[in-house]
Amino acid sequence: MVSPKLVSVGLLLLVSVRASASTPDAHKAAPAREITDIDLLNRVTWGANESSLTKLRAMGARKWLDWQLHPTAADRLPPAVQAQIDAMTISKQPMVDLVADMAARNKVANQITDVDAKKAAQQANQQAMNDLARQGAAREILRDLYSPAQLREQMTWFWFNHFNVHQYKADIRTMVADYEDRAIRPNALGRFRDLLGATVRDPAMLRYLDNAANAAGHINENYAREIMELHTMGVGSNYTQQDVQELARCLTGLGIDPNPDNPKLTLAMQAQLVRDGLFEFNPARHDHGDKVFLGHTIKGAGMPEINEVLDILAREPATARHVSREIATFFVSDNPPPALVDRMTQTFQRTDGDIAAVLSTLFRSPEFAASTGEKFKDPVHYVLSAVRLAYDDKPILNTAPIQGWLNRMAEGIYNHDTPDGYSMNSTAWNGPGQLAVRFEIARQIGSGSAGLFKPAEPNAVDHPAFPRLMNALYFSGLRRNLGPATAAALDQAVSPQDWNILFLCSPEFMY
Amino acid sequence: MRRRDLLSAAAAITVSGRVWAAPQADTRLLVVFLRGAYDAANVVIPVSSDFYYQSRPTLAVPRPAAEAANTALALDSDWALHPSLKDTIYPLWQRKQIVFVPFAGTDDVTRSHFETQDTIELGQGIQGSRDYRSGFMGRLASVLSKPTPIAFTAQLPLTFQGGATIPNVAINAVGKPGVDDRQAKLIQSMYKGHRLAASVAEGFEVRDDVYRSISEEMVAASRGAVSPKGYELSARRIGRLMREQFNLGFVDVGGWDTHVNQGGATGYLADRLAELGRGVAGFVDEIGPDAWHDTVVVVISEFGRTFRENGNRGTDHGHGSVYWVLGGGVKGGRVVGEQVRVEQANLFQNRDYPVLTDYRVLLGGLLQRLYGLDAAQLEKVFPKTQAKDLAII
Repeated sequence: MVSPKLVSVGLLLLVSVRASASTPDAHKAAPAREITDIDLLNRVTWGANESSLTKLRAMGARKWLDWQLHPTAADRLPPAVQAQIDAMTISKQPMVDLVADMAARNKVANQITDVDAKKAAQQANQQAMNDLARQGAAREILRDLYSPAQLREQMTWFWFNHFNVHQYKADIRTMVADYEDRAIRPNALGRFRDLLGATVRDPAMLRYLDNAANAAGHINENYAREIMELHTMGVGSNYTQQDVQELARCLTGLGIDPNPDNPKLTLAMQAQLVRDGLFEFNPARHDHGDKVFLGHTIKGAGMPEINEVLDILAREPATARHVSREIATFFVSDNPPPALVDRMTQTFQRTDGDIAAVLSTLFRSPEFAASTGEKFKDPVHYVLSAVRLAYDDKPILNTAPIQGWLNRMAEGIYNHDTPDGYSMNSTAWNGPGQLAVRFEIARQIGSGSAGLFKPAEPNAVDHPAFPRLMNALYFSGLRRNLGPATAAALDQAVSPQDWNILFLCSPEFMY
Repeated sequence: MRRRDLLSAAAAITVSGRVWAAPQADTRLLVVFLRGAYDAANVVIPVSSDFYYQSRPTLAVPRPAAEAANTALALDSDWALHPSLKDTIYPLWQRKQIVFVPFAGTDDVTRSHFETQDTIELGQGIQGSRDYRSGFMGRLASVLSKPTPIAFTAQLPLTFQGGATIPNVAINAVGKPGVDDRQAKLIQSMYKGHRLAASVAEGFEVRDDVYRSISEEMVAASRGAVSPKGYELSARRIGRLMREQFNLGFVDVGGWDTHVNQGGATGYLADRLAELGRGVAGFVDEIGPDAWHDTVVVVISEFGRTFRENGNRGTDHGHGSVYWVLGGGVKGGRVVGEQVRVEQANLFQNRDYPVLTDYRVLLGGLLQRLYGLDAAQLEKVFPKTQAKDLAII
């Protein structure tokens, strides 16, 4: 059954000291520690498996990490996985068309006079919107499981969560996959300013935080507040209610326009109109007065004002610190070491918000090396790492079970309804109720193929598959990390399924 | 058993002629957190204020009018209740089992949902650094003699962090456990001595307790009983569990952040309120008259919303809110706490309700009354707070 191909685990890699040289007391705070390649994989990727280990060892840890920080267009998904994505509606039709289609379908449904027929049509439309969002979630899961550019996929999840939108508000289900794919993912390892700018122009965000309704004389400050509080500077940093109101004034006119015809504008205003897909800056809805924002006078100028305030926000020291701290919380611990956050903040400022550079500072730090095995997996890390370990590069054919598990564990994809995103603190995920549900999910993953190999189509055949957790990686590395209590419990497993369940429930697999 | 190891509170303390403190297992407290800052001014409505009607041209709920539908329900000469609560909350008012506390809230003026929710859940005051491992309900559990706390939420909330391990359960998604007893024992054995050992054990225990209780409900449903849905179903389950097993509960309800098109007497907010009202009424019904007599429910939210409607027929983040306290033993049918006339001059920063009753002052006084907490215990739950007894119970 299992061929225990023994791979040397003697290859311990030192990936720490260089970045810490600039700060004298960094060594004192956290002495450099050797990090194993499995530990490195468990943090930089969505979960260690044999093929990722083979790749890392072939390249060497340093080169491998450089590659993860700077993936190229050549780092494609396996063809069988890409084919699944290519078959999706979201891959075949531009989002603008999908939104227009849904609007047209809703219009037709609303005009039906027969009550039952109307209800049926409306339900079908809701279902169609659900399908679009689920396709987005499926694509995300497939990339998380099989993309060679694992760090980019992790950071895509991180940034989506940082710039969270909720699928169930209005028609965001038709936009959310595109938001992730075009606003977030291409910028996930790029410059923070570009990422911020992409979210500000995205219809999903403008819809979610109500800026599509923010206009001169009809101020809605929702988005302005969250940009400052969550997306950039962070709550408690040096801004005031007045700054929020002034930013809201700057953002007036930034919205969504599904109408292919331009709005009627005076000749002078026509020059200021900006359109890009559904995105529109409508100067007639903009407050053209001067503003004072964070001590800067912003001359009324239309769309250039928005670029000006985003430049200011992206370069605020508070933003560098807030974002660095969040990244460190995600990868290192609930309370990341201040010295590490300081150095990441310095890198952020020195590089004008180069995300890959900030991550490089993080991953090459002694604090990171010292923290491996400490960060409790949130549900998405838990489930994806289990599936990656169980099936490695064998592509699953249906992501619906994974989507369901994540929703049940309260960390569903696109499913956090408030703009703060999911918590990155372990206390949110390791309470008694969470653990009890996690063990139930472990049982489903460990017992068999769990529907992952039955395509979501009528009369589909369930392809045989078994979660092979007692695999080469287990024998070569994971087994050595097990404590005696876990080893003793595993010895009492009555079947391969039972062994899988216990292994996935073990404390060692939670970190 | 862990729960019994908890510190014992003062044995028997008589408060206004009745014994609350011993045995404390009879006293139940449920905190309902409306996350997203519900628009209190459109729920407990200042109908004697012309300024209210000027400030909300499209959102205002019409003044009470006996025969007219969709008008506010009179509470006293100044206040009235939203009409969507007519069949659920208003009867509690008429039975004198609910009080409303207007101008209630925190001294946190960030107007951030998340920051202010944290402020309330932690209950530590906003000066100095925060300890995110110490919520006020966790501290409350640690000073009570026989607490059986639980969070009816998918994730353990901040307010229950710290101290003993407190169970949580996603009350809307209870199913038959698949991990069997043998596996559960083996899993627990793997966590022996681990920092999560207590959570793992508590998780299995509460899973079984809750399933047992809920499966009775499912049997009833299969016999043709009308089965409630959504929030009411959850609330009824909470009522049943608090009647039978738990005496200190927390639940949250989201969806109150109404920046756009929130509606007035009808519309989005009205629908959410109706749902909440059905939940509360379902809870009262399910817990039953005996237990209800010893139960207090507190409904809170992080802040109020702007007193004037915004440009989108909605409201933005404000300051003062209105809290609810209800229960079989509540001296209800009153609007309590310090009040000011609702007019422009009295708005906080010319935009929001002021906060005249601090949440810690109010809850501290309530807990003192409910459990007979002494000064040291109260100091532990709400440090540096001059609790005030508003004589609600």
